[in-house]
Amino acid sequence: MIEVRLFATFRDGRGKKCELCADTFSTVDEILSELKIQSTEVAICLINGFHHSTDTAIHDGDIISLFPPVGGG
Amino acid sequence: MSTSYNERIARINLTTGDIKVETLDINLAKKFIGGRGLGTKILYDEGVASVDPLSPDNKLIYMTGPMTGTKSPTAGRYMVVTKSPLNNMIACSNSGGVWGAKLKYAGWDGIIVEGKSETLVRINICDDKIELLPASEYQMMKSEEVDEKLKELYPNCSVLNIGPAGENLSLLAAIMNDKDRAAGRGGVGAVMGSKNLKAISVTSTRKAMPAFDDDALKAATSECNKLIKENGVTGAGLPTYGTAVLVNIINGVGSFPTRNWQESYYPEADDISGESLKESHLIKQGFCHRCPIGCGRVIDLKGKTVGGPEYEPLWAFGGNCGINDLEAINEANYWCNEYGLDAISVPCTIAAAMELYQEGCITDEDCAGVPLEWGNAKAIVEWTKRMGECELPLAKLMALGSFRLCEHYGRPDISMSVKKQEMPAYDPRGIQGIGITYATSNRGGCHVRGYLISPEVLGLPEQLDRTTTEGKALWCKIFQDLTAVIDSMGLCLFSSFACGAPQYTNLLNSATGTEHTPDDLLEVGERIYNIERLFNKAAGMLPEDDRLPKRLTEEPIANGPSQGLISKIKVTLPQYYEVRGWENAFPTEETLERLKLNV
Repeated sequence: MIEVRLFATFRDGRGKKCELCADTFSTVDEILSELKIQSTEVAICLINGFHHSTDTAIHDGDIISLFPPVGGG
Repeated sequence: MSTSYNERIARINLTTGDIKVETLDINLAKKFIGGRGLGTKILYDEGVASVDPLSPDNKLIYMTGPMTGTKSPTAGRYMVVTKSPLNNMIACSNSGGVWGAKLKYAGWDGIIVEGKSETLVRINICDDKIELLPASEYQMMKSEEVDEKLKELYPNCSVLNIGPAGENLSLLAAIMNDKDRAAGRGGVGAVMGSKNLKAISVTSTRKAMPAFDDDALKAATSECNKLIKENGVTGAGLPTYGTAVLVNIINGVGSFPTRNWQESYYPEADDISGESLKESHLIKQGFCHRCPIGCGRVIDLKGKTVGGPEYEPLWAFGGNCGINDLEAINEANYWCNEYGLDAISVPCTIAAAMELYQEGCITDEDCAGVPLEWGNAKAIVEWTKRMGECELPLAKLMALGSFRLCEHYGRPDISMSVKKQEMPAYDPRGIQGIGITYATSNRGGCHVRGYLISPEVLGLPEQLDRTTTEGKALWCKIFQDLTAVIDSMGLCLFSSFACGAPQYTNLLNSATGTEHTPDDLLEVGERIYNIERLFNKAAGMLPEDDRLPKRLTEEPIANGPSQGLISKIKVTLPQYYEVRGWENAFPTEETLERLKLNV
């Protein structure tokens, strides 16, 4: 399984997280398509806590965290 | 020809009661801009580096920038500049709200307060008129009540004040303005308390500042407003969630210090996140003067409408104390504002006390009925109040900060501080560049002197690998220098998520008539960073003060995505000194000559 964690406005109408079957998706972009999120909306894509582009290949057991543009200090 | 400087500074001696009007040296102002830069230059030139910070010899400078009070976006900032009683180095503490703009409208670029009054006094400013008045009736009054009482006297005023913590000379005391805005760091409130100065109220009849070229300033302002509106961070992220949106991001990269930095991943972080705060407590956004962003949080606290916590106190009272009770964090943050306390250093000191309790150094008897246990939500509320009141022996000690607290118990390793000031909410073991910012910050542990979280985590202006060291020294220098410019102009650092050196150059040139290029402006920032370092050198800073706590260089992160990572500051610090043109932590003669600081 792949755990997808959503943050900020990505939670609207989608909830905080979901689990997807690893066999069905090979990249983050494919998951974004499933979740109806444009890749251009994604400012930060973490795979297991590290930054990656959305065309990165994913594997069973990965935790993916997705953020729109956000900041602070 | 008009500029956005008033060209006037008030010098108020509290020992003699003298109030003098001085003409601003406009050439000096252009060389150091204003705010942080100009305030530090004045403090350095007047020999304050060598004085006891809580003596009448210290000076307290409230300095606006040339953009403060103009129509530029975020033009509401002022800086408190003094010698810090927390670490005997430069203290530059920045605040928003409307107080700085009102001071500017009243006709002043800044106020220099000297000496010490025998009794508690306050200052009232109404345009040209400055009065020194008795303030015994405000003694030990909390911030909100001081604000309300003075507004009864002067209905259109803006109020700056200290709370009980400043009067008690807590080294974690802040200077508050407009109820819940704070010049929080470095113990500046204790300096104000040491002078027996309770408050400064400002009323102005003027409502705008002139500029050197109004049309050019209007065009530069429009460009910045457009960039801020279109930028995802300043146009959507910060307005919707405030700075607290960082909780899940920084936790997500495993660099969210937990239980006094013993861990760096907090499984319950989402309970105290910006998303949760919005869901459960947010009433509306809070705005400072001329701010198109509105990152402030106005929240409901048990039926009362108050200023809500930023990311830093959410982290420091939250994960860093092992607490996921958002209501308790909101309340503890409220008491920081009421007592006038630094909402970063106070919770970090509580976290250090919790580790001392864990280690058996602090006993149940010391805790007087409120054990300093990890996860005890009651403890963060009660110990914040106790630190403001300074009555219990342990609370008095904690009010001096984590460094002195941990040193008292023979465990200085437990104080997670740099130059005796508590570090903010990003673990440099997982984010290498921010470690350089922490170690080399002239005012001690601080994130807003070179916010490398922007490129290392948020991907702005480009995404860097947070785990590597290559190139980070130069990134740090450039961010530090640009930040010094923004702080000195009187603008909010958050504008820099959308705007860069070219935009700041246009704003400054159109407001003041300078003819800077963006490169010139960065050199001014470098000059400001170096004059701060010269102040620290004169104040007795040693090269070994540029260091991170041992835990960050010797204990790898214990859990979460960044498990096993450690700070490589020993690699990056020499690289940083090289790009700065410093040797043994201080500028070389060649650097001083290049920056025109040797005359």
